[in-house]
Amino acid sequence: MGNGYVVPAIVAVTLITVAIGFYGLRLARTTSDFLVASRAVSPTWNAAAIGGEYLSAASFLGIAGLILKYGVDVLWYPVGFAAGYLALLLFVAAPLRRSGAFTLPDFCELRLGSRRLRILATVFVIFIGWLYLVPQLQGAGLTLATVTGAAYPVGALLVAVVVTANVALGGMRAVTFVQAFQYWLKLTALAVPAIFLALQWQADARPAVTPPDGPIFRTSTTVVVEHRATLTLPDGQTREVRPGDELSFAAGDPVPEVSGVATDAADWLLPSTAGDDDRGLFATYSLILATFLGTMGLPHVLVRFYTNPDGAAARRTTLVVLALVGAFYLLPTIYGVLGRIYTPQLLLTGQTDAVVVLLPGAALGDGTTGRLLAALVAAGAFAAFLSTSSGLLTSVAGVISTDVLGRGSVRGFRLATVIAGGVPAVLALNVSGLDVSQVVGLAFAVAASSFCPLLVLGIWWRGLTDLGAAAGVLAGGGAAIASVLVTVLGPELSGWPATLTGQPAAWTVPLAFTVMVAVSVASRRRAPADVGATMLRLHAPEALRL
Amino acid sequence: MTATDDVVPAPRAPEALPRTRIVLAEVSRRDDRADRTRAELAQQTRVGEALVRGLVRAQFALALRMSLVVAIGLGGLPWLFAIAPSVGRVTVLGVNLPWLLLGVASFPFLIAVGWAYVRLAERNEQDFTDLVQRPER
Repeated sequence: MGNGYVVPAIVAVTLITVAIGFYGLRLARTTSDFLVASRAVSPTWNAAAIGGEYLSAASFLGIAGLILKYGVDVLWYPVGFAAGYLALLLFVAAPLRRSGAFTLPDFCELRLGSRRLRILATVFVIFIGWLYLVPQLQGAGLTLATVTGAAYPVGALLVAVVVTANVALGGMRAVTFVQAFQYWLKLTALAVPAIFLALQWQADARPAVTPPDGPIFRTSTTVVVEHRATLTLPDGQTREVRPGDELSFAAGDPVPEVSGVATDAADWLLPSTAGDDDRGLFATYSLILATFLGTMGLPHVLVRFYTNPDGAAARRTTLVVLALVGAFYLLPTIYGVLGRIYTPQLLLTGQTDAVVVLLPGAALGDGTTGRLLAALVAAGAFAAFLSTSSGLLTSVAGVISTDVLGRGSVRGFRLATVIAGGVPAVLALNVSGLDVSQVVGLAFAVAASSFCPLLVLGIWWRGLTDLGAAAGVLAGGGAAIASVLVTVLGPELSGWPATLTGQPAAWTVPLAFTVMVAVSVASRRRAPADVGATMLRLHAPEALRL
Repeated sequence: MTATDDVVPAPRAPEALPRTRIVLAEVSRRDDRADRTRAELAQQTRVGEALVRGLVRAQFALALRMSLVVAIGLGGLPWLFAIAPSVGRVTVLGVNLPWLLLGVASFPFLIAVGWAYVRLAERNEQDFTDLVQRPER
């Protein structure tokens, strides 16, 4: 694709990110400034920053790609990603802010006074952080390869280097401004092209999203297959295709059915949980549990709460975040739906994650408008990679600098940033076959099965003990991690084993809660003596000035 | 890193009352009681602990009620689509109902629940603050 606007747009986003980072660096004076922005961040800025940090490659690219491929069933991803903030608001936001904990390990030590539990939490924070960082870098590599033809490692390394340098030099203050800017950029980059796309759809006399005879090619198209698949041609014949095969279609040709993709109009349009498919229902509820409960356990989300001045502000900030994120999630659906009409070839290539980036060009043609909008979307995608990676890196680096290196200094934080950014960069270069949204979903499942029970029980139940917390995190989080490893590295499964490991949350979350409560009850003598004081601190309003 | 500065109970400097207000003896008595309740909270006496337990229970019950609203409102949908597949075929303005419910309506619903929670949670806290500062009521 020879779009001359894309590279300047990506360069501009990167430069602005770095420039705001340096602006923030000038403002940062002390270690406290550097790490927690001195708590002087206003709630609106903070909410935009949280939203900006949260909307990752999975939200910006992945959801639209999944909708294009699977249809209505995957709408639970955006709903769950937004609802996660409601769960956070209901059970965690204000008490966590009042606890004064900056990271999850801090919370463990503060509530249960156990060094060992702190170490366990540190391991989980680093694992979840890296599991979430790798797909961001991959998304960057794939996007740059799609829109400019650059080699895959260029995009991944570009994002890794920019983000590592920016976090190491600017700290959290800088990141707050960068993230807030990037929320608005991402919203604009999806909303403005969406308006043009809708108008174009009107101008094209509203072509049906699900024509009775299945999707058709609107223009003559040559498709290069990238994943092995079985095609069912309109005359009923089947054909095996391999990566590298070229297929040509004339305008008006029907799109062949692709194995593993909901090409059939009814499959795509209607919920698949109907009828005899228990596994579909289980997977849907598992996804709901993982996304609803996983958000509160993501390391980069919690760090933000420390920048609120008090518990009530933390609550209001979360509500604003919920509104901002909810507004954003209205948009990817439009791209996924219109992608059925304008980019059906992605169903054949398997690169459905590229739909957001390719749709403006495909629908609006090769004119200036189409090119400018394509560049805007590419810039928004880069904003998504940069902002989520920055947030994740800040929190992983924070944990490494305080808990692994054992230093609280700015220099220690910088060293930790380089370590925290280097490892996922190397991983991203070596594993390019993973699916962006699936890996992010697994990160949510691990967070929901480890930190969600720890936070909820720690905040609301006096009976939690360090032994119970550790056992619950190990059982639930360990089972979720095992499922992740089997899904990502293990042999291909089918039937129930594939469902249970591919969407583990529906059994690992209850397991974590049960083990945590049972072991805590069995070891109730170990409950910390100062639990009353901690509860007072977590729940008493600041207005009392206790 | 923990913020200890929020929790150490700062001794309140006795305020020098203006001479014209010295007749309002009730005010100073009420302050005494409020301070005593605060001390009970801070020193974890039985009264103090009972007060905190009440607050925690009220807030937790509120959070559970709100999550029940979401569990029924959103969590019931996959089950509904499973037992009544015809619901999925209903169209509103040419769009199938599941797409509208999940893709559009769910977000305002979540925000509305969150907004109600913030209001009610702040009211619970205000009640607690009033209870501590005016223990005679």
